[in-house]
Amino acid sequence: MLVKSIFAGFGGQGVLMMGYVFAHAAMNEGCYVTYLPSYGVEVRGGTANCTVCISDEEIASPIASEPDYLVVMNKPSLFTYQNRVSAGGAIFLNSSIIDNLPSRPDVRVHEIPAGAVAESLGDLRVQNLVMLGAFVRRTDVLSPEAVLKGLRQIMGERKKNVIEINRRAFAAGYELK
Amino acid sequence: MQGNRVIGEAAIRAGCRFYAGYPITPQNELTEYMAEHMRRVKGGVFIQAESELAAINMVLGASAAGARAMTSSSSPGISLKQEGISSLAADELPAVIVNIMRGGPGLGNILPSQGDYFQATRGGGHGDYRTIVLAPASVQELADLTMDAFDLADRYRNPVLLLADGMMGQMMEPVEFRTPSPRQYREEYILRGKGTGKSRFIRALILDAIRMEEHNWKLYRKYQVIAEEEVRFETFWTDDAEILIVAYGTAARIAKGAIKRSREMGIAVGLIRPITLWPFPGEVIRRFAEEVGSFLVFEMNTGQMLEDVKLALEGRARVDFYGRPGGVIPTPAELAKVIAYQVKR
Repeated sequence: MLVKSIFAGFGGQGVLMMGYVFAHAAMNEGCYVTYLPSYGVEVRGGTANCTVCISDEEIASPIASEPDYLVVMNKPSLFTYQNRVSAGGAIFLNSSIIDNLPSRPDVRVHEIPAGAVAESLGDLRVQNLVMLGAFVRRTDVLSPEAVLKGLRQIMGERKKNVIEINRRAFAAGYELK
Repeated sequence: MQGNRVIGEAAIRAGCRFYAGYPITPQNELTEYMAEHMRRVKGGVFIQAESELAAINMVLGASAAGARAMTSSSSPGISLKQEGISSLAADELPAVIVNIMRGGPGLGNILPSQGDYFQATRGGGHGDYRTIVLAPASVQELADLTMDAFDLADRYRNPVLLLADGMMGQMMEPVEFRTPSPRQYREEYILRGKGTGKSRFIRALILDAIRMEEHNWKLYRKYQVIAEEEVRFETFWTDDAEILIVAYGTAARIAKGAIKRSREMGIAVGLIRPITLWPFPGEVIRRFAEEVGSFLVFEMNTGQMLEDVKLALEGRARVDFYGRPGGVIPTPAELAKVIAYQVKR
């Protein structure tokens, strides 16, 4: 088993956090896991992305030239990465602000209104956890319990209500039809 | 945990109490970690120096005063530190220097590269000296080898280089920190103020030729011992291999992925991964040449360790090379194609 996912969007949309929580969840389930953030000459408000690889054996490269899954929170990321997704893979897109559909007929597309759901919960900032909830449900690679444990590990020292709104956002995404 | 931060944590746990650095991507998180965590331990000192040169000389001073000392940088910054590394070697002072390599030459870029192999394994600065060079290939190994680096530096009173690339520094993987062994070192060189005892001094300026020669041979004998005692390597799927890849660090990880793919296609390929780049496991490679006729050196540069492999083999086997310099990260699939092509030839 080797699953590679790319999470991408604007800086500030929580894409790195999304991948970080997912990577922690994989660690909690005893998998080999690598997390590679994009680093570079990035600017505030520019694009951000990270790659998470999960496997039951040692991971050769933490880079995904052909990811199984792509999660995009904004339109430029969709255009940048859609052609890299491996045939038979899936694209998760934030349909609240992306009005284009991928041009790939050979991948599954999940339109997730992450932004709208987050706003209905009263905080747009948790759109990443809404997306992660939908992602975890539909990919079925990791259990939601492992993800929530990862969330608590990462946010452990912060205020309880921050964890609570994130947990609710994850649940809302997970329950999306 | 992220690679850069793991190095910082491992160093502090290993008893590093002095860190001086100057910011440069892609190793900044290490400097940041030391700024944040050095104050956690009694006697811990963090200094953001005014330059790389200042940082390495502060490390020299701290080491002479008996502290476990470390500095870190990335390729262009490591070039600036060479004068100090040469002095550390001449003075026989322990220190750990971390190089999170990026694309070069010059300022290059900030992406992962292995372009500093020559600089690291040939001493780097001027004069007749060697540094021990450790090349980790996972975040776990960053933790383990950082601790080992301090022990080796003390054991041989010599600078030790931890040579990793931007990928190692930036990547996160699960990690477990082992309990470090207690520090073992001889007190007699340390400068703590004369008091009532005999005076001590450390210096690298030896104007008399015969005495300088003596010092050079003394260092040489030490390097011979290191070369005998400290060679480290890993082998992977070598038992029935007809072709052997030689790769270190990030390239070795990628090679493992390529080997798995090649094995699925029925190609008998294995890996020798040097963990110490100096001393280089040349003897090991030479022994393999009794069974294997074809070697493929794989690096993220234009062919530097390639020379050490050729020196080790002395013409006993065919040696080919595949490399991607400049911050390009090759894929396992790409290397598997190269392997398949090698086999067909």
